[in-house]
Amino acid sequence: MKTPVYLDNAATTQVSPVVLDAMLPYFTEIYGNPNAVYSFAGEGAKAVSGARAAVAELIGARPEEIYFTAGGSESDNWALKAAAEAYAGKGKHIITSAIEHHAVLHTCEWLEKNGCEVTYLGVDGEGRVSPDELEAAIRPDTILISVMAANNEIGTIEPLREIGAIAQKHGVLFHTDAVQAFGHIPLDVDDLKIDMLSASGHKLNGPKGVGMLYIRKGVKIRSFLHGGAQERRRRAGTLNVPGIVGFGTAARLAHETMEDRRRRECELRDHLIARVLNEIPYTRLNGPAQERLPNNANFCFRFIEGESLLIRLDQAGICGSSGSACTSGSLDPSHVLLAIGLPHEIAHGSLRLTLSEANTPEEIDYTVDELKKIVSGLREMSPLYEDFIREQK
Amino acid sequence: MYSEKVMDHFNNPRNMGEIEDASGVGTVGNAKCGDIMRMYLDIDDSGRIQDVKFKTFGCGAAVATSSMATELVKGKTVQEALAVTNKAVMEALDGLPPVKVHCSLLAEEAIHAALWDYAEKNHITIEGLSRPVSDIGEKEEDVEEDY
Repeated sequence: MKTPVYLDNAATTQVSPVVLDAMLPYFTEIYGNPNAVYSFAGEGAKAVSGARAAVAELIGARPEEIYFTAGGSESDNWALKAAAEAYAGKGKHIITSAIEHHAVLHTCEWLEKNGCEVTYLGVDGEGRVSPDELEAAIRPDTILISVMAANNEIGTIEPLREIGAIAQKHGVLFHTDAVQAFGHIPLDVDDLKIDMLSASGHKLNGPKGVGMLYIRKGVKIRSFLHGGAQERRRRAGTLNVPGIVGFGTAARLAHETMEDRRRRECELRDHLIARVLNEIPYTRLNGPAQERLPNNANFCFRFIEGESLLIRLDQAGICGSSGSACTSGSLDPSHVLLAIGLPHEIAHGSLRLTLSEANTPEEIDYTVDELKKIVSGLREMSPLYEDFIREQK
Repeated sequence: MYSEKVMDHFNNPRNMGEIEDASGVGTVGNAKCGDIMRMYLDIDDSGRIQDVKFKTFGCGAAVATSSMATELVKGKTVQEALAVTNKAVMEALDGLPPVKVHCSLLAEEAIHAALWDYAEKNHITIEGLSRPVSDIGEKEEDVEEDY
């Protein structure tokens, strides 16, 4: 078995060799600006069209509804800010959830400073938004609902179908940040009644620095970047042709392999979760047991802190991530773990392991074996564990 | 992110453990912020620290600063231990990232809290020592309420 054992695929993924091969000609050979007139540029334009079709197909959209961006964060910013601007005549109220990615949450906070009102829906203990609460929060001046497809930390898949139906019933736009879900679980924008959807290339073995915003035909949001007529006049800037080609290739592969990959990842994930919960005491799984992303496992180990855990795992050649304060750059642990009702000291001891189809059962077993030793070593050092054991006696 | 010394103390913490019937025990920090340090001191009749142990819940820097702090006070007199500052702990570790400086402050306070406990148990006053602000030894219930 080779190290590192990479279990941080929700952070980013390895570019697939097929994707890289598809991209390479567009750097040095077919480098023409796809918006130019000469035929040399036509090859690039054709490749971009192919990528657009592949991305659209993955979510049941029309190619002309796909707008390439520089990534998920840009797509989220664009969707929210431009919707607030375009629908200001109707109202200024936005509904979102407390567990969104910061690309949505911080954009909402910015919008609040600029005259919008935002309702942050709470979630249940597994991280699910309640459709009833959502419907009750809708006001006559509600212009947008933005709820993520699946949570980036604890993997919870949100009830998109119910949310989409409610949004449609009340005539409110529905945006979903699908950065973690896109290419990993089936999503159909018509079926789920999604009006806007953000996705990113590098979460599905595509390159970094490219993403897209799906905008349903008829949704009247304007350009967010000015200075060119690219992307049907809605997103200025010379197209990132190699990136877009890579993204398109990754989307096509994700589409083709989704079923097998899901089955395989779910199997590995469930094995990982079962072993950790059975073999390491005072541990909880964050997020639901089944209705979660196929590649996501997230635990809290009581009495220990996440950064210490990550350093020790790193020394064992295992890459994971944590929602502890120390890894967030603030004093507070993950807003997602707090939103599902965990007390601070438990939220500090979280570990997220996110798989890819390249992971093997050997890697998972090795990880659990190491994890057992590390958690027990850190508990030996913990005054919280000492107090707990004393109280047990 | 961390210096070699910090990593060394994180990987091989010195004086980790407990002392039964310690002369002084101090616990500082806040589970809310993710750092709790407990320091045990064994102080002989002449006021010299014969042994010291620590336990820490926290990040790599929290563990390393606790470990280094125990090394800096071991064998010292109470007054010498009181003079060990967070700066001294940081320097001995070849520095800390700016966001981790509070860990070294916590280590200094853990020593002070243990000395405070020792002074209270023995009904003595240690000149220059006041009760550390983040001492949670006596008021753990308050901390619980914060949740």
